[in-house]
Amino acid sequence: MNEREVEAMNKLLKGSLTPVGDAQGPRDLWPAMQRKLSERTVRVPWWDWVLLAGASLMLWFFPGLLPALLYHL
Amino acid sequence: MELLERFAAGDQDAFESLFHQYQTEVFRWVLRIVRNRAVAEDLTVETFWRAYRAHARFDARRGNCAGWLRRIATNAALDHLRSAKREVPLPDDVPATGQTENAAEQSELRQKILAALQQISPKLRVAVLLALIEEQPYREIAEALGISEGAVKVRVFRGVRALRKELEKAGIRP
Repeated sequence: MNEREVEAMNKLLKGSLTPVGDAQGPRDLWPAMQRKLSERTVRVPWWDWVLLAGASLMLWFFPGLLPALLYHL
Repeated sequence: MELLERFAAGDQDAFESLFHQYQTEVFRWVLRIVRNRAVAEDLTVETFWRAYRAHARFDARRGNCAGWLRRIATNAALDHLRSAKREVPLPDDVPATGQTENAAEQSELRQKILAALQQISPKLRVAVLLALIEEQPYREIAEALGISEGAVKVRVFRGVRALRKELEKAGIRP
């Protein structure tokens, strides 16, 4: 493939697809941003809940593990 | 304290000011990549969310907030393109203007090009869209992708070659 072929492709693309970068701006997205901020600040990943549940169960059945757990924390 | 410094220090009001100042610019950048307004709006919010989380890493002394946001936006858009690989290609795309009597043929050609673009890797697709269709400066594309201008040219070249193969499969010879 040479420069001429790249140019031919360029011409084909430009003839078929319009640049969209100068399109009208978005609606005010700040309310959506605020929703996302409040959502994410209270969200705890599911894996953390699994780990917490696992650790709680371990301590319930084997309370003697507490010093070892504290040591590793 | 300057707005950028306050943002880097975690000031929520400074973040809101920056959001209003840059949301249109970020939206248009993302729209150039995904070519879908609804997706671009979601990704604009995602971009600012990522920026908000990374505020401590922003170097306010360099002051290039637009460039920093473009880079985050590009990464968010690339993540979207990778995850949306099997979705319907670029559904909200704008038809080319100046079509004449063979509008149906033009429309079919456009659909084939969009489908072919969907087949090439997101990294190459972004380079082709930004450089060839949107005619963005190579320097800005390089900054947004975190690579050199030379590497952008290589990606555009490889993207064109990949696109050409896909178009040939669809019976179009550029």
